[in-house]
Order: sequence, then structure tokens, then C-alpha cells
Amino acid sequence: MAKGMREIKRQIKSIQNTRQITKAMEMVAAAKLRRAQEKAQSSRPYAEKLKEVVDGIAAGTTGISHPMLVTRPVKKTAYIVITSDAGLAGGYNANMLRAVMDRIKATHTSKEEYGIFVVGRKGRDYFRRRELPVVDEVTELSDSPTFADIKSLAYAAVRSFEDEQFDEIYICYNKFINAITQVPTINRLLPFEKPVASASGVKASYEYEPSPESVLQVLLPKYAETIIYGALLEGKASELGAKMTAMGNATKNASKMIGELTLTYNRARQAAITQEITEIVAGANAQS
Amino acid sequence: MSTFLLEIVTPERIVFSQQVDSVSVRGDEGELGIMAGHLPLVTPLKVAPITIKTGNTATTLAVHGGFVEVQKEKVIILAESAEMSNDIDVERARAARERAERRLSSGGNRDLVDHRRAELALQRAITRINVSSKGKE
Repeated sequence: MAKGMREIKRQIKSIQNTRQITKAMEMVAAAKLRRAQEKAQSSRPYAEKLKEVVDGIAAGTTGISHPMLVTRPVKKTAYIVITSDAGLAGGYNANMLRAVMDRIKATHTSKEEYGIFVVGRKGRDYFRRRELPVVDEVTELSDSPTFADIKSLAYAAVRSFEDEQFDEIYICYNKFINAITQVPTINRLLPFEKPVASASGVKASYEYEPSPESVLQVLLPKYAETIIYGALLEGKASELGAKMTAMGNATKNASKMIGELTLTYNRARQAAITQEITEIVAGANAQS
Repeated sequence: MSTFLLEIVTPERIVFSQQVDSVSVRGDEGELGIMAGHLPLVTPLKVAPITIKTGNTATTLAVHGGFVEVQKEKVIILAESAEMSNDIDVERARAARERAERRLSSGGNRDLVDHRRAELALQRAITRINVSSKGKE
């Protein structure tokens, strides 16, 4: 019996160590999540402002056209998939990748019909293993990614649309609902929805220099890049949320296991004591 | 002198938001000085320093990849990056300048996209260096 007890004791120790780690990871994720959320928040004014100006141009002038506003027949589709570098984030990556794969399987018959821009090591490894066409990738991002980190990928994606390499770009990321819920989302990035004119109430009549078209020419790619950056920030917040929840659960499970094992241990200890007493009593009885 | 609200916004944060007397920027079509009561205007900006004047003080920022929107009561500059002179890493800017210059002299015209990128990088680096040296005076 004593040997079994030592075994249990060792197990408890080991689970206690694990719990310590998961607990620490949970707290780190929680702290980082707050920062990531703030960051996502502070990127919003830029995107909103940009949208306002784009809409303003669309509302103020008639008959403008830009390749990014025109839907053309789709021959090739691009997906920008945002995943994480590290694991231990619950279903974060698995859910995202499954959603993307479902979409790809449902809409495409061959690998010629789409290309993937991937952010994060998990996604890259996944697509590489399946030998899917990865066009560009960014990995090893920090927990608070800057615009410069994603710039080259965003630029490449937007350019490939302008060059008509791809006729459609979708952006796939985990939408952050709250720390417990993240929803894999696939949104069309390009071509843009035609901004609806009017409805903006007081529309100032701006002077555009040199012309509304050329301003739009500069703005639309920027706008697209900004949306990609926004998605990245939201993905990051989701990742940390998922990680926090996963680690919280792990900690809870560890505590539960420790409780059960402690109970087993105490039972074993009691049994050993009882047996010892029985043996002593039996010995004493035999002597008298 | 009447003032107006100037906001400088990048994808990462709001860099600047204050009442100012005037701001001068370099637009696509040339240098622009904006004061209160300017005509509503939208124009893309070149990679160049912008100068903000408030009272007797002048602040210079390195701005690239941006455009300016002038409204009735306020002016908004949206840019991919905007740095105050003391935020600039001069060493990095110098290194970037050298790298870009090397690329421009060696690459020739073989690759248009690369060439253009190197040119932009060079402009950015020069702007940063200029702004940071101005800030130290």
C-alpha cells in the first residue's frame, strides 16, 4: 500500500506544477487581452475616418468608378486567413481553419481557383501540410502587432487584386465577441460594397485635389489595408481571449483532479493505518 | 488669431489632437498652408515633414502615406505613420537611407516595383532624419 501512496503523492505534485503554469498563463493572457482590446479600440478612429471620406467622395460626386468598386467575374479567389503563432488557445485555430476549409471545399474544385495569404504559424503549417497554395505569409508577430508588421502582406494582397491576379479577396478571422466567445468570420474585403450615396445628411462639399478619382485611387487601397490590420488586431484579441479561457479551464480541471487524488490518497493512508492496527492487534492476541 | 482643431490619426492611435494656429503640409499638388477657415478639401500627402504652429512654437512631424481632410472646424490628417521628432530612431533611419541608396544605385531599372519601393523608403528615411534634426535645434 505504501508504494501506491507514494505514486499518488507524486501525481498530485505533478498536477500542482501544471496548475501553476496554466494559472500563470491565464493571468498573462488576461493582462495581454486588455491591452489587445485597447489597441483594437484605438485603431477604430482611423478606419472610421477613412470610410467616412470614401463614402463622402461617393456621395458628393456621381459617376465615379474604381476597379476596387467593380465586381468582375470571379476566376480566382484569395483568402487572407488570420491565425496565431502559438497553440494552447483552445479551439481558436482549429475553428478558424475548419471554417476556411469548409468554405474552400464548398466553392472550389481545384487548387487553381484560389490562393491563401496566411498570418500566423499555426495556419501556415496547416496549409503547407495540405499543400494548399499559400501566396504570402507573415509569422512571428508580437502580441501587439504594428501596422508595419502586416503592411507587406496587406500590400501584396491588395496589389494582387489590382493586377487582376485575384478577382475577389476574403478576409477570415475570429471575431471577438467576449473573452469566452470568438466566432470564425469570413468577410468579403474586395471588391468593396458600393458605398451608398446620400443618407449622410450634412455632406460638406469638399474640394478634391487633384481630382476625386485620384484621391479615391490613393484612399481605397489604404482602406483595404486598414481593414486587414483591424482584422488582425481583432484576431489577436480573440486569440488571447481563447487562450485565457482555455487556460482557465485547464486550471479548474487541475484543481478538480488534485481534489480527487487527495481523497484517494487519504483513503489509502487510512487503509494503511487500519491494516497496521489490525496486524498489531492480531500479533498481540496471538502472544497472549 | 483664430485656431482650429488638428487631429493626426494613424492606424495605431491618435498621435496628435490639439488646437493649433496653422499647419503646413506637402500635398500631391504642392505645399499647402492651412489656417482656420480653409475651404473644405481632401488631398493625398507626399512623404514629407509637416509643420504645426501654435503661438510661437512650431512642431514638426514625419508623416508618410497619408492624406489630409480639411473640414469647417477641424483638420484631420490620416497617415500610416506619424512620428514626433523625439520618437524617431535616427540610427535606424540612417541605416534605411543607406540601404535604399544602395538598392537604387545597384538595381537600375530592372524591377519597377522594387525601384519604387526603394525610392519611397529613401524619402521616408530622409524625412525622418530631417524632422529629428529640426527637433534638436
